[in-house]
Parts: sequence; C-alpha cells; structure tokens
Amino acid sequence: MPEAVTFKPASDQSLLVYFDRKVTWKAHRSVRRLLHLLASEPIAGVRNLQPAYCSVLVVFDVRKWKHGQLAAILRSYLRRLETVRLPEPRKMQIPTCYGGEFGPDLNEVARLHGMTPAEVVELHSSVTYIVYFLGFVPGFAYLGVLPEALATPRLASPRRSTPPGSVGIADNQTGVYPFATPGGWRLIGRTPIAMFRPGQNNMSFLAIGDRVCFTPISAAQFIALKNS
Amino acid sequence: MLYTDIRRAIHRAKELMSSIQIQTAGLLTTVQDLGREGFGPLGVSVSGAADPISLRLGNRLVGNRETTAGLEMTLFGGTFHFPDGAIVALAGSDFGASLDEVNVDVGTSVSVRPGQTLRLGPTRSGARCYLCVQGGIAVPPFLQSASTHILSGLGGFEGRALKAGDVLEIGSSTEPFRKRTIAPHITGHLLAREVFGVTPGPQLDWFSESSRHSFYSATYRVGEQCDRMGLRLEGAPISQRKRRTMITEGVSLGAVQVPPGGLPIILFVEQQTTGGYPKIANVISADFHRLGQLRPRDEIRFEQVTWKVAHSLFMEQEKLLASEDSILE
Repeated sequence: MPEAVTFKPASDQSLLVYFDRKVTWKAHRSVRRLLHLLASEPIAGVRNLQPAYCSVLVVFDVRKWKHGQLAAILRSYLRRLETVRLPEPRKMQIPTCYGGEFGPDLNEVARLHGMTPAEVVELHSSVTYIVYFLGFVPGFAYLGVLPEALATPRLASPRRSTPPGSVGIADNQTGVYPFATPGGWRLIGRTPIAMFRPGQNNMSFLAIGDRVCFTPISAAQFIALKNS
Repeated sequence: MLYTDIRRAIHRAKELMSSIQIQTAGLLTTVQDLGREGFGPLGVSVSGAADPISLRLGNRLVGNRETTAGLEMTLFGGTFHFPDGAIVALAGSDFGASLDEVNVDVGTSVSVRPGQTLRLGPTRSGARCYLCVQGGIAVPPFLQSASTHILSGLGGFEGRALKAGDVLEIGSSTEPFRKRTIAPHITGHLLAREVFGVTPGPQLDWFSESSRHSFYSATYRVGEQCDRMGLRLEGAPISQRKRRTMITEGVSLGAVQVPPGGLPIILFVEQQTTGGYPKIANVISADFHRLGQLRPRDEIRFEQVTWKVAHSLFMEQEKLLASEDSILE
C-alpha cells in the first residue's frame, strides 16, 4: 500500500482518497492504478469515481456503505496497487494554431514572461505532457507539466465563453476546452480536433495517462483539418 | 416483401406514438431523469433533475418507474399541447397550471384528452416544477440517461433547453388512468425550509474558528447567478486562515466551495467534476432536493450536523418515500 494514503470524507456520500498532498508522478500512477483496479473489480455500491492529480473521489451508495467501511475495503485494494499493470500510454498529437484570433492571450502571456510570442509557441509545443486526469467538463484533460517559464496565473475575470478547441494555460497546467464553457485559463491557440465526441468508441479524444504533444499549424491548415 | 412490411409497421408505430407539442417553452425547460452516474473519469457530471424527489413522485403518480424522464421547468413554465392526449402529473413547485382553463393541482395525476393544452406560468412557490407523462419523454439516451447537460450540449432533447415548436415523443404505455395524489405528509415533508444541513468539507480546517462561526450563523441570499451548475450565495464573506495552494480534486454534489472572494458557491447537479477551491462544508444528501427549489434572492442558513445524523436523515427520508402510503390511490 502506498505509504502516504489518507482518507477524508467529502460529503455524506463520498470519500476522498489522497495519495499525496502534492502533484507527483508516483501519486499519478497510484491514481491510475486504483482506477484500473476498481474498473476491473468494481465494489458494489460505489456509484462514481473522480480522479484528479493526487486523489480519487469515491461516491458511494449511502444505503450500502459508511465512510469507515468503504475505507476498509479500499485499503485492501490499495495493498494490491503495486501488482496492477497499466497499459502502455498512447502518444497523441494536438495540432494547434497559435495566436491571433485563435489564441487571444498569446501576446499577453509573452509580455508577462518577457518572451516573444514565437518563443512561447516554441516552448509550449516542445514539451510532452501527461494527461493527469479528465475533469471540469466532459473530455477536459488536465495536462502537465507546463514549463516553469510559461507558468501564468489565471485571468482576473474568467471569460463567459471560450470557443471549443481553445488551448489554454493556467499556473503550471495546460489543456483544451472541449465546449464553449466559461473559463479563466489564458488562451494561446486553438485546435480543430473535437475533444469530446459522443457516439464514438473513445468518446474523449484524450484519456488519463496519455502522452500529448501540441503541433503548431497555420490558420489554413486549421481550416483544412476542421473541414476534413 | 418482408422489408416493406417492416417499414410499414415502423411507420404505423410512429403514427401511434403520442407526442407533446411545445407551444411556449418557459424560462428554462429541459428533459431530465435521475442522471448518469459513473462517468466521472470522463469528466461527465451526473446531471439529472435538480429536485429528484419531485421527479420520482411525479413519475409514480402516472405509473412510471421513478427513473423515467420528465420535463423540468424553472421559475416560469411552458405551454404544452397534447394532440393525442396523455396521462400526466405535475410535481414540485406550483406554477399555476391549467388544462384548457381548468386549474390543475400539483401532485395529482390528470388525464389529458386529445387536443387539450396544459399551460403553466410563473412560480407561486419554489424554483422547479416537473411535468411527468405516462410512458416518459422518449429521447435517445446519452451515456445511459435522458438528462440534458446544458453546458456541454449533451443528452436530453438535442442537448438543449426546449423551445417553441419542438415536438417531443412520449414513450409507449398502456396502463389505464388512475387517480393518484401525493400524500399530505409527504408534501409536508418537502416544504421549503430556510435551514440546510451540512457536514464538514474536506478543507474545513483551512478556515479559522471565527470564519466557521460566521458561516454557520450567517444568513446567505441565493444570487441571481444560480443555475444547474451551482448556486452563488451573497452575504458575509468567509476568509481563509491563510492562503494555501489548493490542488485540483474531485468535488461532490452539494459542496460549498469558497473562492478567494469569500462568497460561497454550492456545486449543483450540472457541476464541474473537479475544482480547485477549498470546501468549507457539504450539503447533506437528505437536503439535495431542496437546493433544486431555491430561487434567486431566497435566504438560507447552514446548520452543521454529524455524519451519523446526515446518514439517518437520508435513510429516514428514503423510507418515508418508499412507503406504500406516500402515494394515495
């Protein structure tokens, strides 16, 4: 069992399992392993799971479990985590048109870091990111770790709506907005790829554990890909 | 040819299928059932009826399973025409309904004759009223549920709120009309109350003793910005003991999160699945349905209850709802 695991009730029908109190590669692997194990050997009365950076929220049926009982069962799962073999991560590409109307905050981000917009694009697209988890809205992947030199606080007041496909950064994270949702991340580009596709086998374009690269494309390529 | 026979049969079945014509949609009317659970790992929240108890009771009035899809109306109801008739019931708040000028009570099954029109107006009580139809509202399920998730445009009827001119199909059903009403003791149990029970949030210890005290003693007003995603509250801001960096984590339904401004937000049915604000408290499961009846400018207070009390309140409520005498025939 991973050493630092702690449990905390989040509500009368949910329990948080913390693997760590900071974002670490080890905690991320434990999150994935627990999800994997609970998917292959579901616990009756566990109604939902919400993974995050270093925790999993377990929502349960109140008629079946109390926090302590469920924690005891989960401990028996946690003891077996090291035996879980995770599938090889997929390598995914996200073609992205940076700047201009596609990335309205690119210039500001560059200014904040004393870089040129081209340097920001170069740096953002030079890193292989990990999908830590999907959260917020359907198909929104929390990608890390953004290079320290690009770490940027959120907008002081969030946009009411972000165009679907917008590539944003916030603190040391980056991600793609699948839907026209409100959002406070700074938008540096946009991808023509649909991030969430109901009816398809892999509904979410990205999955937890994927390795992700952003590939710069032109506006013309964006339009061509969007129409294809 | 067999194929043409099948086509003819499908055609006939479609003709037999009853429908509801939306003449006016009201302020915000969506198809809802009890939601889709188990898709958190995809970032998909449960959604479903904002006042699930009213939807469940409404369904029982018309002889449906509790999980059947109905229409959720918000603050101002719509006008619904039934060319083929239907067996319907309204549950939840009183939106001053009438069927061809005759008043219709909330919490009673009604037989609608072909060609009749059901009209609802502004609420006279809480925020939501449910229209349940025998056979249910037939929409293609998305991730096993008929619920509309407005923000992402998924589920329900074309992933959106209804508008005038929409035609909804009613699921097939053959059960004869039965007059059923919600028992008075159940209606009494569901009456609006100012106080909401809460259990400690996972970051309760991030808040000082005095912040907690003011949270439990203050009266909050529900802000104008309250929707299916969350209810923003106005009142005394809650300050954190010290600014700490919060790592984004899964958030539960009814979580009371406190952004840097200090004004709490209660996460609701169409909630984001993860969040990065500390949570001071969580509304108890037994009170979820009452969140769905809160209107902008309503005043509420929070009362801390123990885990044990939260559990028993939920169990007692479920027992009350499950009892035979909760619906009178």
